[in-house]
Amino acid sequence: MEKVLTRNIGPEQTPTDLKAYEANGGYQGLRKALSDLSPKDCQAVISDSNLRGRGGAGFPTGMKWSFVPMGDSCTPGHKYLVCNADEMEPGAFKDRLLMECDPHQLIEGMILAAYTIGADLSYIFIRGEYVVAIERLRGALAECYASGLLGENILGSGFSLEMNVHPSAGRYICGEETALINALEGKRAIPRAKPPFPQVSGLWGRPTIVNNVETLCNIPHIIDRGADWYKTLGLGEDAGTKMFGVSGRVNNPGCWELPMGTPIRDLLEVHAGGMQEGLQLRGFLPGGGSTDFLLPEHLDLAMDYNVIGKAGSRMGTGTLIILDDQTCPVGMVLNLIRFFAHESCGFCTPCREGLPWTRQVLQDIEDGRGQLEDLETLAYQVKYIGAMGNTHCALAPGAMEPLQSALKYFRDDFDRHISGGCCPYESHKAHQHQQIGTGA
Amino acid sequence: MNDAQMIQTDLGTVLTREEICQIDAELSHVPYKAGAAIDALKIVQAQRGWISDESLRAIAKHLEMSAEELDGVATFYNLIYRRPVGEKVILFCDSVSCWICGCDGIKAKISAKLGIDYGETTADNQYTLLPVPCLGACDRAPVMMVADDLITHLDEDKIDQLFSDVKAKDSVSVGEQ
Ligand SMILES: Cc1cc2nc3c(=O)[nH]c(=O)nc-3n(C[C@H](O)[C@H](O)[C@H](O)COP(=O)(O)O)c2cc1C
Ligand code: SF4
Ligand code: FES
Repeated sequence: MEKVLTRNIGPEQTPTDLKAYEANGGYQGLRKALSDLSPKDCQAVISDSNLRGRGGAGFPTGMKWSFVPMGDSCTPGHKYLVCNADEMEPGAFKDRLLMECDPHQLIEGMILAAYTIGADLSYIFIRGEYVVAIERLRGALAECYASGLLGENILGSGFSLEMNVHPSAGRYICGEETALINALEGKRAIPRAKPPFPQVSGLWGRPTIVNNVETLCNIPHIIDRGADWYKTLGLGEDAGTKMFGVSGRVNNPGCWELPMGTPIRDLLEVHAGGMQEGLQLRGFLPGGGSTDFLLPEHLDLAMDYNVIGKAGSRMGTGTLIILDDQTCPVGMVLNLIRFFAHESCGFCTPCREGLPWTRQVLQDIEDGRGQLEDLETLAYQVKYIGAMGNTHCALAPGAMEPLQSALKYFRDDFDRHISGGCCPYESHKAHQHQQIGTGA
Repeated sequence: MNDAQMIQTDLGTVLTREEICQIDAELSHVPYKAGAAIDALKIVQAQRGWISDESLRAIAKHLEMSAEELDGVATFYNLIYRRPVGEKVILFCDSVSCWICGCDGIKAKISAKLGIDYGETTADNQYTLLPVPCLGACDRAPVMMVADDLITHLDEDKIDQLFSDVKAKDSVSVGEQ
């Protein structure tokens, strides 16, 4: 397969500087757009390419951009482009690689996106813990300003753009795009009501596009080589390539660029090297911590948005988390719910009060204090906390996804915890502890 | 800090000239002063390690907002510290992939070695231990950050090496994070 997003990323994972990036075709897309294409043309190419947002929801990027008021229909003032580099979804680790190893690819994508929507100010909103990426992006931005790729009158085109790296002060909810906008405004990162959508009224009340790192990294290639070329990269119905990842107890956990529609089995068995010795596959979350479990019987499905959707889960971030047969499914779901309960922004009651309640019920079951009625309580919580519309944003429904599918697929495990009065995986855990504890 | 570097405010709390300079640079990017609240907190924390009540009041005054409003912002974010922290903060990932790969045991090992639990600081003031959401390095689990360094594939030996100079003593609690 042709490497697109990772063409500058080798096994040593050393970052590309401006010279190396340009030597390998970098900023060709930008030069082409600024000399030959109008913003409207660029928007049309991205729409035609069928690029879908890589931040988790898979919303078509060209369509999202088309909602930004342009020309006379836009009131005078700034427009903003924001790159969402918050990456805190449990189990997601793809954007880090793209930023640390090829910062210019992201910057070129952002300049093109800003040109398309007519933005004059742009931010890379990045989690504060990504210190290496922050430093490399800042270095790359300095190179761009020094060579006329950013600032006033870029490459003599008349288009001007400022770009800044904005490290976050923390909290998972900042990744939700309207919460992110509130964080950029110096407020508590509580999601905003929609409508109005950010495309029309976002940062400081002005039109704003928020896109994921990986989404933006695709843009230079699509503009440079066209929508038709891009569509041929996917194996199934979705276009392009995707950063896929596998974590958990497999032989070779990692992150790889592969065609959209790659079978899950290829990811797990070829790229991740299969399960570690002595372990069997029990199930997996296909796209990070807020997606539903799938089972070994789903291994031959293609990683395409609709295919995974029809199987009852979501492609999410495309980073698989593997559950093996010696890890407790109840414990895994408890870990996830604990995370989401901790990260709730506290604005709405079902999430603020409901998630800690769910966590407590799961903790009781895991600790062997569970009752059969607890399973009804969990089903009730999945129904009410999980329903879109009962909460102000998608954090709480997302939190319920692994729980709802665990109740369906691993019901036996819940029952064994309750009837046995303890976690049936406890002996394995004790074994692990013993190994870790020796020599202490 | 010497007196000449300080600007006195009428609340009796002070920001240094350096801090004020940096905060004012941020103000040029925002339409009203409170918009720079998080940046200002980060600037002051970078100098002082944490945000004391005095620092909070000084920043609030400079940004023309109430201390309560600014505290609402400060306490929301997990990388803004409203209590003192040690010289190095350990951000320990206990999210799902690290959990599957045995992070609970590593955490127990760190706690035993340093004599601290989440939210606590070692008696010599070197380390504070805090949990952090998934560090985006799940393929190298279990992981943590110590100050600005990402440390991957944690095991017992690594913990021993990293903290070989630390003797577990009585810890000082700085409360819930
Ligand atoms: C709780 C929550 C956390 C999110 N975190 C992220 C994140 O870290 N990175 C990201 O790109 N999108 C995240 N999203 C999705 C964003 O809201 C938004 O849909 C995305 O940035 C849009 O980019 P895209 O259209 O390029 O996919 C999150 C959504 C929710 C509800
Ligand atoms: S669902 Fe949770 S995170 Fe989202 S707005 Fe409500 S309380 Fe905040
Ligand atoms: S779960 Fe620990 S780095 Fe992702």
